[in-house]
Amino acid sequence: MTVVPTTGTATPVAAPVKRRRLRFVANPKATTGLVILGFFALVAIIGPWIAPYDPSGRSNDLLQGPSAAHWFGTTHLGQDIFSQVVVGTRSVIVVGFIAGIVATILSVLVGVTSGYLGGAGSELLSALSNVFLVLPALPLMIIITSTLPETSTLTIALVIGLTSWAWGARVLRAQTLSLRGRDYVEAARATGEKTWRIILFEILPNLTAVIASGFVGTVIFAVTLEITLAFIGIGAGGDWNWGTVLYWAQSQQALAQGAWWWFVPAGLAIALLGTALSLVNFGIDEFVSPRLRGGGKTNVKTADGHTVRMRVGFTPVLATKAGPEGRETP
Amino acid sequence: MSYLLKRIVFYVFTAWAAITINFFIPRAIPGDPVQALITRSRGQMTTEAVQSLYVLFGLDKDASLAEQYFSYLGQLLRGDLGLSFTYFPSPVSQVLGDGLPWTLGLVGITTVLGFLIGTALGTGIGWRRGSWADALIPVTTFVSSIPYFWLGLIAIALLTGPDSFFPASGAYDNGLVPNPDLEFIGSVVQHGILPAFTILVSSMAGWILSMRNMMVTVASEDYVTVAHAKGLSDRRVMVGYAARNALLPNVSGFALSLGFIVGGTLLVEIVFSYPGLGLQLFQAVGAKDYPLMQGIFLIITLSVLLANFLADVAYLALDPRTRREG
Amino acid sequence: MTDAVLEIRGLNVDYGLGEDAVHAIRDVDLTLHRGEVLGLAGESGSGKSTLAYGLTRLLPPPGVITGGEVLYHPDGGDPVDVLRMDHAALRRFRWAETAIVFQGAMNSLNPVHRISTQLTDVIKAHDPRGTSAARLARARELLHLVGISADRLESYPHQLSGGMRQRVMIGMALALEPKVVIMDEPTTALDVVVQRQILRQLVELRERLGFSVVFITHDLSLLVEFSDRIAIMYGGRIVEEAASADLYRDPLHPYSHGLLNSFPALRGPKRELTGIPGSPPDLRGMPSGCAFHPRCPHAMERCGVEVPVLGVPPDKSTTAHVAVDQRSPADRTVACWLHPVHDDGF
Ligand SMILES: Nc1ncnc2c1ncn2[C@@H]1O[C@H](COP(=O)(O)OP(=O)(O)O)[C@@H](O)[C@H]1O
Ligand SMILES: [Mg+2]
Repeated sequence: MTVVPTTGTATPVAAPVKRRRLRFVANPKATTGLVILGFFALVAIIGPWIAPYDPSGRSNDLLQGPSAAHWFGTTHLGQDIFSQVVVGTRSVIVVGFIAGIVATILSVLVGVTSGYLGGAGSELLSALSNVFLVLPALPLMIIITSTLPETSTLTIALVIGLTSWAWGARVLRAQTLSLRGRDYVEAARATGEKTWRIILFEILPNLTAVIASGFVGTVIFAVTLEITLAFIGIGAGGDWNWGTVLYWAQSQQALAQGAWWWFVPAGLAIALLGTALSLVNFGIDEFVSPRLRGGGKTNVKTADGHTVRMRVGFTPVLATKAGPEGRETP
Repeated sequence: MSYLLKRIVFYVFTAWAAITINFFIPRAIPGDPVQALITRSRGQMTTEAVQSLYVLFGLDKDASLAEQYFSYLGQLLRGDLGLSFTYFPSPVSQVLGDGLPWTLGLVGITTVLGFLIGTALGTGIGWRRGSWADALIPVTTFVSSIPYFWLGLIAIALLTGPDSFFPASGAYDNGLVPNPDLEFIGSVVQHGILPAFTILVSSMAGWILSMRNMMVTVASEDYVTVAHAKGLSDRRVMVGYAARNALLPNVSGFALSLGFIVGGTLLVEIVFSYPGLGLQLFQAVGAKDYPLMQGIFLIITLSVLLANFLADVAYLALDPRTRREG
Repeated sequence: MTDAVLEIRGLNVDYGLGEDAVHAIRDVDLTLHRGEVLGLAGESGSGKSTLAYGLTRLLPPPGVITGGEVLYHPDGGDPVDVLRMDHAALRRFRWAETAIVFQGAMNSLNPVHRISTQLTDVIKAHDPRGTSAARLARARELLHLVGISADRLESYPHQLSGGMRQRVMIGMALALEPKVVIMDEPTTALDVVVQRQILRQLVELRERLGFSVVFITHDLSLLVEFSDRIAIMYGGRIVEEAASADLYRDPLHPYSHGLLNSFPALRGPKRELTGIPGSPPDLRGMPSGCAFHPRCPHAMERCGVEVPVLGVPPDKSTTAHVAVDQRSPADRTVACWLHPVHDDGF
């Protein structure tokens, strides 16, 4: 997980919402991320139908390198690795999104409540999120899942979701605290508007970007955690995911046998999915905090043909004579 | 209440929460927790192991939940974490004592180093925004998305082998006896380089990105413009004004994400069979060695809390606004 | 008092490049004379800050200077063009010759360094040979100059009040005894009493140390009180420039007139407060002709077609044929078709 502090204060702009939304989609980083994400989502849905083999089905092609019949090669049991990766996509995406949704709901509940209501209850909720934040996630997940009678994809997703809401709650609390002092919220309160209406119609719309970025962050976190758990053998029953592929590769000494094809595709898939999610998050960050935006060109051509870089502190001078409409200096 | 005191109270509270979670999680399952664990281990448990579980959970005597809880706390205070099945009949505390120094050495040093190097690189890239350095960002994003353990696998596949300088596993040459002589230390360094490199590369990437973003944000603060207006050298403006302020959120980010980073780095130990807590955790999971898992969770939590506290102290030293002065 | 210390000629500033560029400063000519306080007024968004940052090349991206000259006249030396300086020369020039007190003076101090560090680092950057004891003594002197006790040297910015921080910035601006001090709304965030206190102090320092001041504010009544000459900006152009007494008594441009009527004057005859109807122009879609004509009570047909030229109004000046750079401070210029300038003025 890359911890990119969200610096922007959600600026309440009412009118040009449409244009702002378009600008987000027009952001090249966000677009690239969304396209890759869409690809993975598609594979997650149709994976089991397009997989050429049964991912658990054995064959006589033991530990073979990539070929036309087995694009990503085979395992020690002759299983088709391409099918394992394709079929395993669904579990990864499902865990990511379920955990993301559960954690986002919790973080909104905890963060917005403690930010808006204030008082002792608020401090308590804030302390609770801080506790969950510093508890090391992986060992905690391990002791929880080890005691569960059954670990399926769904239980793993739920456990991750229930333990990873703290980061989002913390950010949302800070944002809500600052929103609470805004004029229009004060005004709504002064006119006796109901609390839940204020939160629903005045606060939440302004938190959209923060919530979205928290959601994407949690999805990254959940996917990494699921794969990590699967890699150390806390897998979801018989379900395939990219981590299970890597688990078998590791436990069957794929490395020592030079079977690079066994662990390279799954790892690249993880990195690609993670990159896509990070790109979406960069898009959101740049959308919220304009300072981060690339702003198109940063290099400028001067009148005499030099190229200078736009930078803070040294404004480029494009031409030193008077401008086109200007009078000549006497 | 002063800032540090507040933090200390918070850490004590968190440590207590971790211990309590440890106590309650096995009991949250309906029925006898030991029976549940026995079922999960598919009959691999010896009778001694079963007995030690009953002792660990305070179920050997007929006691109420509160009594069990306090006797559990008492055991912890005496450093008694039960007996490990994997290393039976070694007590968990002794097993942890063997693993902890390796983990502290490898994970501790590389995590801090990764933060420092990543922050320094991010400073440069953020300051030279719009120059060639921006080309590094997509690469960095990709690297930061790679799980630590997978990078370790790749490093082993590419860099180790029968005639490579880098060993693929272990913390030192098996033929050596651990003692502080030059040969042993040399072997430790030789074995440590590759796992350390793996952790460094993966953890650095995230810090590069977040520091770069903070630098870009801070570069348009008024006081940075003032520093330019004062005609200070580029270096002074970058380091003393921009980076010095951009560092603050990065340090608190470091403290907050330690709990996550440590999880990732522990896996590198598994890949390299490095004899630290990570490898022990892996073995404990494989053997359903519940007391060892609990012990590792506790010791890692306490280490992370301690590291967090140190990060707080660093933050206190860096940001005068948190200090209370007359 | 008549020789120039800073001459801005034909300055143009854009935000953005190519198609997306907005022209924030258009063909601005302005001269700052030695030892004078030149006021720069205009509604917010009229380009005052852009002008101040542009002439020191401190504009944030995407600001670019698209043309013009900023000539600085050192004591007894040849004029140098700030816009042609390379980065090293610019660094040497900054603060030693022109210092700036910024609009957001609340955030102008680095929150993590002590006041003493921030006062001495600029001295050290420009004179690396001095001893640190000498620098510290100078810092103490500067604080004393702006009425802050020396034991504040070891404070951090967050320990000072807003007014104190502003004074520290003014003291810092004087650290290297610059010839020009530019102040961008230095007191806007402060309450009225502190505001006037600081300004009075500034005027007194100016008399003692003899620097020139460009004083920027949207509050014209402050300028009338504290400055020698006033330039009025609208839509990125200077629309009128005159001695402050003349401007106060007899504003020629309808916009100046409107501005004067937007603020209660502290001294002098009471005016009826009317303000200016309408809102400042959008730089992306500037009206044709005179930018002010849609809001102008005296607008004529010509105003919507031709941009009025800034020049000496024939009916108001005795020295209409003197070249622009030799005019005395008493002279005035205006850009308005109500006062068409002589064609032979230049
Ligand atoms: N960074 C920027 N990018 C684009 N436009 C800007 C920027 N800064 C200022 N402007 C525009 O330039 C015009 C002048 O702004 P400014 O110089 O701050 O005015 P003033 O100081 O008189 O209030 C305004 O219309 C503003 O919208
Ligand atoms: Mg301004």
